[in-house]
Amino acid sequence: MKIIVAFITITISICSFRPAMAQIDSTLLKSPASTKDTLKRTLTMDAIYNRPFLQLGKSPISIGGYVESDWEKVSTSGISLGNQFQFRRFSLFVASTISSHIKFLSEIEYEDDPSGDPDGSTGPQFEIEYAALDFEFHPLFNLRGGMIVNPIGAFNQNHDGPKWEFTDRPIAMSQMLPDTWSTTGFGAYGKKYVKDWMFGYEFYITGGFNDSIIDNAQGKTFLPAAKSTLSRFEFSASGEPSYTAKISVKNSHIGELGLSYLSDIYNTWEIEGAPVDSKRWLHIFDVDFNTTIPKAHTNIITEWAWIFLQVPPDYTPEYGNRQFGGFVDVVQPVYQGKFLDWEHATFNVAVRGEYVDWNVGNFQATGQRMYNDTWSVMPAISFRPTPQTVLRFNYRHEHTRDITGNTIGAALGTTAGYSLGLSTYF
Amino acid sequence: MINPEEGLCGPISLDNAQTVLFSTGNNAFFATRTSSTGLGPYFVATGCGACHTSDNRGHPFTILTRFGQSDTLGNTFLNEGAPQLGAFALPGFMPEAVPPGATSTRMIAPITAGVGFLEAVPDSEILNIAAANANNPDGVRGHPNWDTIPHFAIILNGSFPRADGKWICRFGRKASVYSILQQVANAYNRDMGVTSSYMPYNPYNYLDQTLQEISTPEVDNTTLASVVFYCTALQTPEPRNATDSTVVYGGNLFNQIGCATCHRPTMATGNSAIAALANQTFSPFTDLLVHDMGPADDDHYTEGTAETSEWRTTPLWGLGLAPNVQGGTSYLMHDGRASSIQQAIEMHGGEAAVSAQRFGALSASDQSALLTFLKSL
Repeated sequence: MKIIVAFITITISICSFRPAMAQIDSTLLKSPASTKDTLKRTLTMDAIYNRPFLQLGKSPISIGGYVESDWEKVSTSGISLGNQFQFRRFSLFVASTISSHIKFLSEIEYEDDPSGDPDGSTGPQFEIEYAALDFEFHPLFNLRGGMIVNPIGAFNQNHDGPKWEFTDRPIAMSQMLPDTWSTTGFGAYGKKYVKDWMFGYEFYITGGFNDSIIDNAQGKTFLPAAKSTLSRFEFSASGEPSYTAKISVKNSHIGELGLSYLSDIYNTWEIEGAPVDSKRWLHIFDVDFNTTIPKAHTNIITEWAWIFLQVPPDYTPEYGNRQFGGFVDVVQPVYQGKFLDWEHATFNVAVRGEYVDWNVGNFQATGQRMYNDTWSVMPAISFRPTPQTVLRFNYRHEHTRDITGNTIGAALGTTAGYSLGLSTYF
Repeated sequence: MINPEEGLCGPISLDNAQTVLFSTGNNAFFATRTSSTGLGPYFVATGCGACHTSDNRGHPFTILTRFGQSDTLGNTFLNEGAPQLGAFALPGFMPEAVPPGATSTRMIAPITAGVGFLEAVPDSEILNIAAANANNPDGVRGHPNWDTIPHFAIILNGSFPRADGKWICRFGRKASVYSILQQVANAYNRDMGVTSSYMPYNPYNYLDQTLQEISTPEVDNTTLASVVFYCTALQTPEPRNATDSTVVYGGNLFNQIGCATCHRPTMATGNSAIAALANQTFSPFTDLLVHDMGPADDDHYTEGTAETSEWRTTPLWGLGLAPNVQGGTSYLMHDGRASSIQQAIEMHGGEAAVSAQRFGALSASDQSALLTFLKSL
């Protein structure tokens, strides 16, 4: 109770300061290296390069990275694991301008649970998340190839810890969609702006998912399960290409809207040329939007995704054929200015609302609704001494039901707790 | 794993070492099996917790089908994959179907909480209850289901074979399972397609006509033993509002109209290696006997020496919590055919017909009180 009172008191105190710019706008981040493209205005799709880099002398190589670490104490249905100290991520970027209009970026990440599947986790790992070469022929036409992050929604492209006011990634964007879903492939992207309008597109052909998305320790359709299969960077389970496309439209007065789509045949349907199953499709639709309300400088970010897939007709309904989920973040800067020795410190208050339904539809056996869903509200306060660094304090109130709607169990019912985290680019 | 409010998911009083084992079993019980951890190829559920959510009753989406035995002489369809149907199949495999000529029944998973207490009831207690039925004026004639037991069964305290080598069994809808160990091994193998050292063959599907292969145990003995211990050490569902006047009044009606003859409010355990289970009086609302439930409940399938119309008296403990795990409604009786407690009472025939008729003759308020009592269990 004391913590709640302190939280409210701090929030009210901070709100008495004058408004300032939201800090999650990635354009605030410095980028000393010459790895940005030739158009200065950015979309979410630029997030992969729109990070702070340090150039090494006269070398064409720039390096950067970020780190993310948290403390949390949460309980579910009254059961708590106590104080948990989590070193979630350490990420190192290396970028280089190889020659005019040719650039390369790689990201190596240490992550506490790269599989995204707590029940199937093999523990912390170092992994290459991104390693791709870009050829710019024209701002409207760039080629990219290598290990890329598929642009399924905005969060997948723009997920660096220091950019967010919350210690946890959005549930739908990390446990329904696989966050940092990277695969091997090739594609094209480009953008164009006219006055206040900006248009961007991306299209990639890559490797795809595999059968684990409907055969995993989570016991539900779980796209992140495919992340555990590291062989996906060399071997596509279906032997078929996966297609990812995204278009973005941005008006500098209104905001940015992104629409993305992924289609994939995810299963191993033939072995050595002999069919062993029918081809099963996966379709993902995602819409994202972000804007900053003028004057108040309130930043709003939202993303919602719909997943449709073919599940074998004689398979357990625990693995659903439809999923839906998303989140809304509202970030209100309440003070920007000098604080101690930091000239551009910022305090924000924020809240995230989110919902995921991992099994949309009804039981064939009874006609009843299948649940397996979670909603959560997470208020937050954050302090940014500089744009690249964030110290954030969150409270989470979450409610989870299993497939029958039951809320009694170790991982079910109401989860409540606090987290304090730091994250910074370096 | 503990939810004292609802009386499920928690352990009986255990020492530290037992608590660790209980926790290990809890994790294994609620783990989801995948193809890489032995699931399938034919299965009903992906884990124990899929059927026994919160250690409670099952939901119709994991209902299981048994087939192939229409009399007390045994199952004649074992070569066609009997006794249990793998309703689901891994991708690329074909789910099982009931072979032509075989009779079948569907069974919804019973509650898990409290089974350790049921296992600790000595045969003598069960036989005494059966003997007391001999002259029951309502026609109640329950009897134990005597059956053969598997080679890996560990003989229970207070359990003795009959002259023909058969033993009193007590678990499952037909009371055809001898012990929790047998039930857990059965469930891994038949419900999930997971082999163990006790049941090393994967289930067979005559439709796919693949070989019924023996496999390396997909659940090791240590894990299986932890699940057995977890089930054994689960606490009993605690009644709610037990002192409420309507509940008390309804409980009296329950006894008066004869329900308690079979759904016995108290039973007693004998000796047990687990101190908290030894020599306890508890309230399962069952007699562990099988009873003729009449032609409407005769699915022409049976197990052991029970007749096809005979079913084990279902423990009623936790009955009021069933909607929590059944999507807010109720799926009662052996196959979930009753959608409310009242409907379930009205479906009681055979030896229970007299009590069902008496329930029907009660005033609306008395019926309501009796139902309130049942929901408090």
